[in-house]
Amino acid sequence: MEFLGQLAAWFGDPAQWTGRNSIPVHLLGHLALSGSALLGGLVIALPIGIAIGHTGRGAFLAIALANIGRAIPSIAILGIVFPISLRLHLGFGFVPTLIALIALSIPPIVTNTYAALRDVDRDLVEAGRGMGMGELQLLARVELPVGAGLLLAGIRTAAVQVVATASLGAVISADCLGYFVIHGIATNDLPEIFAGALMIAGLSLLTELLFAALQRRLVSPGLQDAPAPRPFLDAGALPREAQP
Amino acid sequence: MIPDEPFIRWDWIVTNLGDIGERTWEHVLMTVIAVGVGFVISFVLSLLIVRWRRLYGPVIGTSGLLYSIPSLGLFALLIPLTGVTLLTAEIALVSYTLLILVRNIVAGFDGVPRDVLEAAEGMGYGPWQLLWRVQLPLALPTIVAGLRIATVTTVGLVAVTALIGQSNLGSLIVQRGIRASFPTAILVGAVGSVLLGLIADLGFVGLQRLLTPWARARGG
Repeated sequence: MEFLGQLAAWFGDPAQWTGRNSIPVHLLGHLALSGSALLGGLVIALPIGIAIGHTGRGAFLAIALANIGRAIPSIAILGIVFPISLRLHLGFGFVPTLIALIALSIPPIVTNTYAALRDVDRDLVEAGRGMGMGELQLLARVELPVGAGLLLAGIRTAAVQVVATASLGAVISADCLGYFVIHGIATNDLPEIFAGALMIAGLSLLTELLFAALQRRLVSPGLQDAPAPRPFLDAGALPREAQP
Repeated sequence: MIPDEPFIRWDWIVTNLGDIGERTWEHVLMTVIAVGVGFVISFVLSLLIVRWRRLYGPVIGTSGLLYSIPSLGLFALLIPLTGVTLLTAEIALVSYTLLILVRNIVAGFDGVPRDVLEAAEGMGYGPWQLLWRVQLPLALPTIVAGLRIATVTTVGLVAVTALIGQSNLGSLIVQRGIRASFPTAILVGAVGSVLLGLIADLGFVGLQRLLTPWARARGG
């Protein structure tokens, strides 16, 4: 009870709302990092996943990426990018964290896009071909709409992972919600640690729910056997094609 | 970071081999504790789910919710309760294994064909014999696949516990590396944890082949 009071006092303190290390600065920093990382990841990973899925060539790459993505700890990527970024004068904080986050977002998007396109009924694709559709038309009007469920599931996984990992940017002084936890541990400030944790967890859960809702809206209701998005129940699940 | 500091100083690695070995051993121990405890809890939960199917939704939903909380966030949520300790780290690490393990153990049990169960029952197997001698061996490949994912994931998460003061390969990355502006330690910690993950992965592939000789006989 006493702790709840301290927590409320921490959030109520005007010092948390203005200035260099305030909640708005770190929340906005967190959103900017995650948003640009996801965008960067999509720009790189979607074309790769689409190329592999559409042609069926390079499937091993999609599966290998899924396994590698899991095997490389996020903090290790961040650690390796950091000195390289300093050496190249790209600065500390935002840029190295962004690069690490983009790298993290690529595997789930590539793997799921590949799985999504492979999962499309071959008869549908052949029917499209028979109707005289070109490869691009097939992609835009058959494969992508039909595979949208799995594809968006991959983007959701990537988004949640990016928002979650962005917190680690605080270790290399990027503005993000992880700041409060790291700073709180360093100064032994329990309310600050807990407040930071609440904000980190809250933002991740919101991301999960937001992308689940997006998935529900964007997938055609005609695709009844497409997997319905279930927030949390599918967390961390890999498409069948990519399971070890 | 010092401008002329090279990315890798071999002499530091050589003189600190003992230290690196110790950090690696701590990393392995933390992983084994987390996956071991996580497996015991998941196994019990899965048996309960197989018996009372309606538990599946709540158990998977809860562990999925835990899984969705970022590692730094979950560590920090526990700190007011259990402090900046190994216990805090392990509670969070165990929570993360539950979703993967329960899902795979239940899927393994579900995959046992109905007629096999009926045949065993017909031969007079009691429920415990059925579990140990029929269901478990047949579910084993799926269970080991779950252990494999859980272990590799945990190896990566153990590195993050360096942020709450735990000593392992992650502390080479964070304390000795990033905070001390020393790229060599970062590299050693990063490469070490990736190698550990890969070794664990290959180890489970081997284990799976050893435990399921019938799959090999069929050429699987």
